[in-house]
Amino acid sequence: MIDDFILTALLAGILVAMAAGPLGCFLIWRRMAYFGDTISHSALMGVGLGIAFGTASPWVIMVTCAFVSGLLLLLQKGGKFSTDTLLGILAHSTLSIGLIIIALQESLRQDMMHFLIGDILAIDLHSIIGIGLMTLVALGGLVYIWKPLLSITVHEDLARVEGVNVLKTKIIYMLLIALLVAFAMKVVGALLITSLMIIPAAAARMIARSPVQMALCSMGLGSLSVVMGIMMSNLWDLPAGPAIVLSALILFLTGRGLPNRFRI
Amino acid sequence: MLIDLEKVSLSLSGHTILEEVSFSVNRGEIVTLIGPNGAGKSTVMKIALGLLKPDRGRVHRAGGISIGYMPQKIMIEDILPLSVRDFLTLRPGTTRSQADDVMALVKITHVAASPVQRISGGEMQRVLMARALLGNPDLIVLDEPVQGVNIGGQEELYQLIGRLRDERNCGVLMISHDLHMVMAGTDRVICLNRHVCCSGKPENITAHPEYQALFGREIDAIALYTHHHDHHHDHHGNVVSGEYDGECDHD
Repeated sequence: MIDDFILTALLAGILVAMAAGPLGCFLIWRRMAYFGDTISHSALMGVGLGIAFGTASPWVIMVTCAFVSGLLLLLQKGGKFSTDTLLGILAHSTLSIGLIIIALQESLRQDMMHFLIGDILAIDLHSIIGIGLMTLVALGGLVYIWKPLLSITVHEDLARVEGVNVLKTKIIYMLLIALLVAFAMKVVGALLITSLMIIPAAAARMIARSPVQMALCSMGLGSLSVVMGIMMSNLWDLPAGPAIVLSALILFLTGRGLPNRFRI
Repeated sequence: MLIDLEKVSLSLSGHTILEEVSFSVNRGEIVTLIGPNGAGKSTVMKIALGLLKPDRGRVHRAGGISIGYMPQKIMIEDILPLSVRDFLTLRPGTTRSQADDVMALVKITHVAASPVQRISGGEMQRVLMARALLGNPDLIVLDEPVQGVNIGGQEELYQLIGRLRDERNCGVLMISHDLHMVMAGTDRVICLNRHVCCSGKPENITAHPEYQALFGREIDAIALYTHHHDHHHDHHGNVVSGEYDGECDHD
């Protein structure tokens, strides 16, 4: 018999992986891997603010992440600094602000590890509903902006001339990432959520021949990593979040090692 | 009239990029922008497309027209698995059969299923042109359409542009470097060097002193590549009517 908490963990992890894979595909297609990191770092600021306001609601995290995304769009306007630089500034500033806010809450000594790598084995049924809804909204939203976002990714000016609403599409995409990160905090934590977006997507590239295939493969490979990671965690008493990321890495390296005829 | 630029000026961080540039493109007309590097050709094109806003001047686009745009070059990362057909159907409202039709038109059907990263530079130019032709645009805007295409292919593509203009009565605005090919099919040439140096029919433009000042050394190249001309040039570069008679006009 498999324990209930293992089943809950599997369900939560797979739901997160299903949303993280396809959203992550766009991160790597758009060369924005570091954007995922920045948003998950700013999620820690959201956690800090939540503690200060006395709530653990994911919406505080989501609003914080969305705010930082908006700030990035504003800072990009001048064009003086590269996106790379801006992301570096925002990632570490928000992380530091988050840590300071948490440290100021003298009443409780929080275990930071919990926020950094999540606690998938402690997910309750109530959170599962929230995570499930997040996955539905994230995937639905991504289907809605799929074609315009892909077109912008290939050539922004061309998309604009062809009538794509570039700003609206980018904002929706950023909000979807913020939503995912906010709800995935409990599952894999701020440090590991980016890897669940990037690694399965990169592994999927090895077997996919179209953007849609790559998104679907990334969902499958992400889910497989969750299953492998939780099994490893259970068998050898490893922390679950890092075990999931390690499994994704193993899948990626396996894909890299495949002979060329199985790849593109 | 499809598009009309009126005294358009633009400066970027204190540098004048464009100064009082005016021109228009009508239905059934091929207008070519020529000019040296840094003359502002691509910038003018972006203003015409509405991608950039001028500091001064007005841009008027006829209401409800559709525009097909072919950018100069495109870099698609290897990480994105995208076939030529997938690339074409990215244009909003494009069906698979429309993509197939336009691929047949520019003769790239054989690479339809190939990844865009694996085709040659010349094939990529045709793919970009195919994307610009989708959806029967009223105005086709092409930024150096034949760059990287071999000579035979260049002539073919220019002929295709001319044929489309005839069949669909659309307007064409393009940037080109290869003067010799451009001259043959174009209705109007605009010689740009931050401002409009001169503009007019190609046969008149080559005789213009400002044109010669900019492109003087390339005139010989034109003579090399154009075989059938209804005029030739005398010692001063002036147009002389009639078929080139075979005698060497230059020393």
